[in-house]
Formats: sequence, C-alpha cells, structure tokens
Amino acid sequence: MHWTAIGQLCDIPQRGARCIDTPDGKVAVFRTGDDRVFAIDDHCPHRGGPLSQGIVHGASVTCPLHSWVISLESGKAQGADEGCVRTIPVKVEDGRLYIALGRRAEQAA
Amino acid sequence: MTEKLVIIGNGMAPGRMLEHLFEATPGRYEVTIFNAEPRVNYDRIMLSPVLSGEKDYEQIIIHGDGWYIKNGITLYKGHRVTTIDRAAKTVTSEHGFTAPYDKLVIATGSVPFILPVPGNSLPGVLSYRDLDDVNAMLLAAQSRAKAIVIGGGLLGLEAAAGLKSRDMDVTVLHLMPTLMERQLDAPAGYMLQRELEGRGIKVVTKAHTKAIVGERKVEGVELADGRIIPASLVVMAAGIRPNAWLAKAAGLDVNRGILVDTGMHTSDPDIYALGECAEVGGYVYGLVAPLYEMARVAAAHLSGDDTAIFVHNDTPTKLKVTGVDLFSLGDFADGEDRQEIVLRDAAAGIYKRLVLKDNRIIGTVLYGETADGAWFNDLKKKQVDISEMRDTLIFGQAYQGGAPLDPMAAVAALPDDAEICGCNGVCKSKIVGTIKEKGLTSLDDVRAHTKASASCGSCTGLVEQLMALTLGDAYSPAAVQPICACADLGHDDVRRLIKAKGLKTIHAVMQELEWKTSCGCAKCRPALNYYLVCEWPGEYADDYQSRFINERAHANIQKDGTYSVVPRMWGGVTSAKELRAIADVVDKFAIPAVKVTGGQRIDMLGIKKADLPAVWADLGKAGFVSGHAYAKGLRTVKTCVGTDWCRFGTQDSTGLGIRIEKFMWGSWTPAKVKMAVSGCPRNCAEATCKDVGVICVDSGYEIHFAGAAGLDIKGTEVLGLVKTEDETLEVIVALVQMYREQARYLERIYKWAKRIGIAEIRRQVLDDGERRRAFYDRFVFSQQFAQVDPWSERVSGVHKHEFRPLTAAGLPQAAE
Repeated sequence: MHWTAIGQLCDIPQRGARCIDTPDGKVAVFRTGDDRVFAIDDHCPHRGGPLSQGIVHGASVTCPLHSWVISLESGKAQGADEGCVRTIPVKVEDGRLYIALGRRAEQAA
Repeated sequence: MTEKLVIIGNGMAPGRMLEHLFEATPGRYEVTIFNAEPRVNYDRIMLSPVLSGEKDYEQIIIHGDGWYIKNGITLYKGHRVTTIDRAAKTVTSEHGFTAPYDKLVIATGSVPFILPVPGNSLPGVLSYRDLDDVNAMLLAAQSRAKAIVIGGGLLGLEAAAGLKSRDMDVTVLHLMPTLMERQLDAPAGYMLQRELEGRGIKVVTKAHTKAIVGERKVEGVELADGRIIPASLVVMAAGIRPNAWLAKAAGLDVNRGILVDTGMHTSDPDIYALGECAEVGGYVYGLVAPLYEMARVAAAHLSGDDTAIFVHNDTPTKLKVTGVDLFSLGDFADGEDRQEIVLRDAAAGIYKRLVLKDNRIIGTVLYGETADGAWFNDLKKKQVDISEMRDTLIFGQAYQGGAPLDPMAAVAALPDDAEICGCNGVCKSKIVGTIKEKGLTSLDDVRAHTKASASCGSCTGLVEQLMALTLGDAYSPAAVQPICACADLGHDDVRRLIKAKGLKTIHAVMQELEWKTSCGCAKCRPALNYYLVCEWPGEYADDYQSRFINERAHANIQKDGTYSVVPRMWGGVTSAKELRAIADVVDKFAIPAVKVTGGQRIDMLGIKKADLPAVWADLGKAGFVSGHAYAKGLRTVKTCVGTDWCRFGTQDSTGLGIRIEKFMWGSWTPAKVKMAVSGCPRNCAEATCKDVGVICVDSGYEIHFAGAAGLDIKGTEVLGLVKTEDETLEVIVALVQMYREQARYLERIYKWAKRIGIAEIRRQVLDDGERRRAFYDRFVFSQQFAQVDPWSERVSGVHKHEFRPLTAAGLPQAAE
C-alpha cells in the first residue's frame, strides 16, 4: 500500500471535511468530533452529491443534496436507503494525514 | 339551614380546605372569603418559575373565577380584614365592609422578615412573597442592572436564579457560612454554591448586612466589614414570620403563630387557623405538605368529623431551580449516637449522605441525583431496619438485591403506601386506585383527581411511570414530537431549557438535555445552532460545522455540486454600474447561467466552489454584499415603484422596502423570510402572499403577514394599519423578533402563526406597546452581531479551508 501525504489533521475542522482531487477522482476526507479520520469517494450513491459538503455527525455524513446518510466507516447508505461508496484507507501519524491511493494514482506518481 | 363560613386569606391552604369541605358536605356552608391580594387562589410554589420565565401567571392559577362562582363563594378581592369582633361574630375589612360568621377560619399566612437595618424601606427594597413582588422584580429586571438577594435559603436562591435568568447581575448575601444550612449539610451547601457561581451568580457567605444605602432609592448594601456592594434592587428573603397580629388583636392565644390544637381550633371554639400563620405542637410551617395536611384536618372538623388530627412529619425539601437537583429530609447533624453513609462523585456533581441512628434512617441529603429521595423518605417514615442492605443502601433502591432495576421496575417495586407526591402527600395506591376507578388516561386528569404532581411538579416523572404501569399500552404520554431521534424533548422544550438553564454551547445543550448521540445529527444540530444564535447574541460562537452547506458557503449548492450566487439589490433596485460589475464577473469566471429571481434579484449559477471567494471579491469592489439567498434569514424585500413613478402610488414603497431591508438584513430566522412592499392596493409587489407584506394606502400602511406561495398557497392575514413608516418598521421588526424567539426551526411564519394564533401575535406586537418595544430592542441588539457581510469576511481569509481542496504531495492534480 502506498501512502500519500495530504496535509495535517488540523487542516480539517472537527465534524468537517475537505476534498482532494486524485487521479481516481474526487475524494472526501472527514474528521469526526472525536478526531477519527475517514476518506470516501466524494460522490453520493444516490445522485452524486458532494458528500464533503454535508454535515458530519458521529461517524456519518448527511449528503447536502437529498439528505441521504452515509456511514464513513463502511461507505454504506444508512436507514432505508440502499447504496455504497468506496472507502479509502487513511491514517494520521504525528498529526500528518496520509491516504492510500489506488493503482492509477501510484502510476501517476 | 346553611351556616356562614368566613375565611380570612385566600392562599393555597384555605383553597385546599374548601375543596375537601365541598366534597365532604356540599351545601352546608355559605362561604365568604376576604383576600388582601386582588386576585384568585394561585400556586405560590410556582412563583419562582414565573420569575424565571418558565411559566406565566395564568398557568399557576389553582382556582379560577369560575370555581368561586360554581361553589357560591363570595370572594372579596383586595379586601384586608382589620378587625374580628368575637362577641358580635363579625369581621370587618379596611373598606368598612362587615360580614357575620358562624365559623371563622384565619389563614393570613406569613409576612417576610425585613432586616431591621437603616434604609430597609427605600424604594427598590422588595420581599418575595406574592405575585406583586414578582411583578415588581420583573419590572426592575428590565433594566438588567445589579440585584442583591439577602438570604441564601430556599426562597432567596430561587429569587436569585430567577433574576439571573432575567439577565440581572445577581449577588446573594448569606449570613451563615454555607447556603441553605437548615436543609443542607456543609458539603452539599458548598456544591450548590459552586453550581450557582458557575451560572454567574455571586455568593457572599458570612455576610452581615449593616445597612441598605442610597439617597432616594436603593444604591447598594453595606456589610459589617465596611464593603459596599452596589445594586439598584434588593430582595429581602431572610425568612418569614407567621402573620398573627389580627388574631392577637382579637384576643386569641398567640405565640410565634396563632396557637391551635391538633384539630386546628384556636382558643375560640368557633375560630380555626391554618397555614403559615398557625402554630401547632410548637411548630410553624412554611412548606406546602404540612399546610395541606392542616387543610384536610380543618375541613374534617368543619364537616363534623372530630377524629381527624394533625401529626408532625418531616417534609422533604427541594429547590426549584431548573437544573439543580437537591433533596433534603429530616435531621442530618452529626452526633455520638449517629452514623453516616456518604457517596461522593465530584466529577459528576453527585453527593449523597444518609444519617443513621440504630440502623434506621433519620436524615438524608441528596445532591445532583435525587431519584431515590422518595424511597429513602419511605424507609425513614416507616423506621425500616436497614442493616440487611446497609452495604448497598446508598446506591438506591435499584441496587437492592441483585441486578439493577430499570426505573419502571423500581416504581413497580415501591410499596403501596410509598409517598409519590411530597407536596400533596399522595401515595402510590391512591394514584393507582384513582386511575383505575375513574379511568384516567392523561397526566392532567391524574393531577386534577389526585393532586399528585400538581404543585411543584418534581414528581411528574414518577406519576407518569405509575400511569404507564397501571394503564400499560393504553397510556401514551403527551404526544410531543421530539426534535429528532437524538433527543426526547420537543423543539419548544429545548428552546425553553436553553434559556432557563443558560445553555450556551451545542455541547452543553446535548449534555444537559441528555442527547442520545455523541454529536447530534443533521436535523438537530442546525436547529440548536439557530436557537443558540437567537438566544445569546454576541455570546454564542456560531458553529459553522452545524450549518447546512449553503449557510457555510454563503451560496446555494446546485445539483452538480456547483454554487449559485445572488448579490443583494436593496428593494430590487439596481444601476448600470452594478449591472456592469455583474456582467464582468460573469465573463471573467465563465459563469454558465444568469437569471432573474422571483424576489427581484440576479442569480449567477454554476460557479465552482473554489472560485467563490474571488467572485465575491470582484462583486464587493462594486459595492455588493451577500444577498443571503441561501439563508434561513431575511431574503428579499420586493417592491414596486410607488410614488416615485407610479400614477397610482400612495406612498414611497421603494424607499420603505429598502429601509426595511437595510434594517433587517443579516438576521437569522427559523426559516427563510421573504417580504414585499406594494405602493397601492393593486399590489404589484405581490405582498399578500409573503411572510411579511405591506400594502400602502392613502391613510398609512397596512401590515400583512403569514402568507405563503410555495408548497402551500395562502393569502396573508392583516396584522393592522399604522400611520407612519417608523411605526411600520417597528411593528415588522417586533413581529419578526417574536417569530425568531418562538417558532420552531424550519417553521415558516404562516405555520407558526397558525399554531400560536393570529390574535395572540396581534396582541403581542401591535396592541401591547411595551412588549413591541422590547421585541424591537432585542432585535436591534442582536443585529449588532448579525450584520456582518459574510462575503467580505471570506474574501479577507476567514474560513479559507472551506473553499480550497487539500493537495497531495507529489501528485499531479487530476484534470476536472
């Protein structure tokens, strides 16, 4: 697995997100209220809404377009909705953020 | 033949006595009441919630005027009795009115103890006994000035908390080293002091008041150590004295109070005394439970049952300050022959102490968690030997014998004669029996029939659990829709408690109101953020992460994740310069679509988020500010051209629209607010389907509100006609402020108005000038903090992270 540095944990507000353009598409990186970090595709399985713009609560995000709730841990839609987004490995070391990009990204780098 | 019963005093004790009497011997007496206060019987225990704003007077009335009429009672309001003529068997009021009696009941209550110090009669010195005192305090609180409460007992602390919640700067002066020393031991008194100080109430213990200082009115209090504490209001809550002078003047036996036997007879067999003015067995009482017991006994004797006797019982004490849970009972002084069990959890703010003698509970102090108070009270009353459960006793009833009981099981396990309602002395079997016998299904019914939880209300939870146990599935508690799945409370309760408990962060709300999730959800967080912004302007730091993306990015998100931007055009008026600036921005950023909106504005659609700050910078240079087309706030004021151009125009509708918009922009509201001003009844600005609209007419301005033209279509209601632009602005601002303070999040004005009632809104913002002015002032205060252009703030760099993506080291940026 190849880890790519993408900045600091403190670049993302608590209960917030930022997005990053990668060769695999736009990825949303989330920081929860208890400082856990998750990365998923910035693309709601419903109508493609930018999940990075949603409200973060617990380990979930509510899509800003039609209020689907997506689990940051599994990428799965919660409640009665069905759908799933890709989750991307992400880690924090000494306050720095890393994500593991896919093959295309590795080739590009 | 009916007998004449005269009652002097119209407080809670004689009110209760009459209820018993009418039940036992209906029609036996013709009743006349003299009330020194100009009103009916109300619940004095609930004066503190009235002071703090959690209830109003109408909600605490026990017997309305109808009750007196129905029972044939002659009630003289505002009549103070000055003489009792025992030989002639008559009483005479200060207005010279005389009434004959066969039986007389004296229930003159108590008078506050006023410290005998210089200055104690200056204007601004109040006591805390009745509704007039509360009204005077509320008036004084409007100045938001400094207040001093003398006396750190039950009454004084409730007064202090109430004044604090009315935004006064409050200091409590207490003679003793710890607060409420008659009810609490030193550790609990200390915890209480810390809690109150945490709420911003200053507490000075060991404070000897030397004088009230001031020339013509109160200016402060001087202590024996020379300190002078400034204040414009001083509340004396240093204790009460039985009001016995009338009985004394009539030659009845009087000690501290009017002496009565265990049947409530005074030294004259035709005269009874009860309530705070009576002394029985060496005790005088101030808490409601023994007073109600006196009422029961007196009623029994008046109806011919001579067997009823009054027996002294310790009464548990509770402090009615929202958010402070304390319970105290019996004797808790240290002693050679006594042992104690103590549980402390400083972090959780819990302190419990049981005082034991011969393996029996004789005293209890609970602070922070008081659910087991009823159980300890029961054990004490029955003198239960607790040696078997001594190891686990302090943990409460749920921990006796194996696994913890859930609260329902704990209530089920209470014995039939366990006291549920301390104020009214109602036991479990009485509640359960009445529910079954009368087929009661609502809490209000149970209160009406048993009086349980009808006084201070602190046992409401227990009563509801008993209802659930008795009725099973047939019981559905008051159907208040919770704010979301994270909480049990509805919007109105949450708003009320934010105010009453002084909660100033989302975290504090979730902690105090027992949210079930760690950080809420996308439904409750924006609502809480709004409630806090509205309640604490200037104090609460807006939590952007709890705002919907549109309010975070100050633009409207579109289906493809791009944004649309609407600059403000005051009243819908623009100019060549503004239009050129918009055209330049559209060209520079290759904005794909430009459209005129329904609110007379120009919308630029399809802007990439990262471009927003640069777009705003260019628009800002041309003088544009944010149009708030994205906000739950004031959107647009649409206008027609009015007297400037129109041959039919009656007033300057454009000018008024611009004036309203400039005054109100930036304010956050529960849902969006759209307005319009039309210059004549032809109504070209379509003001009659807006949240707030104005129709100009020759004689002035007709103010409309509660219209809708979206999911629902609804014409506006007319609020009223005013004569000048200034009045129009004041009424509209007051209306919007009332809506801001009272509506539920996302509730548009027309829905709120339907719930509250058009007449009530008209009463508060049109008819009641004082209230209108207060709404207006609060809006103006809040605008100081709200009228900040978010676009120029973002251009200057605030919240930069919101608009820039992260970048990966060593990665080429993906092409969009």
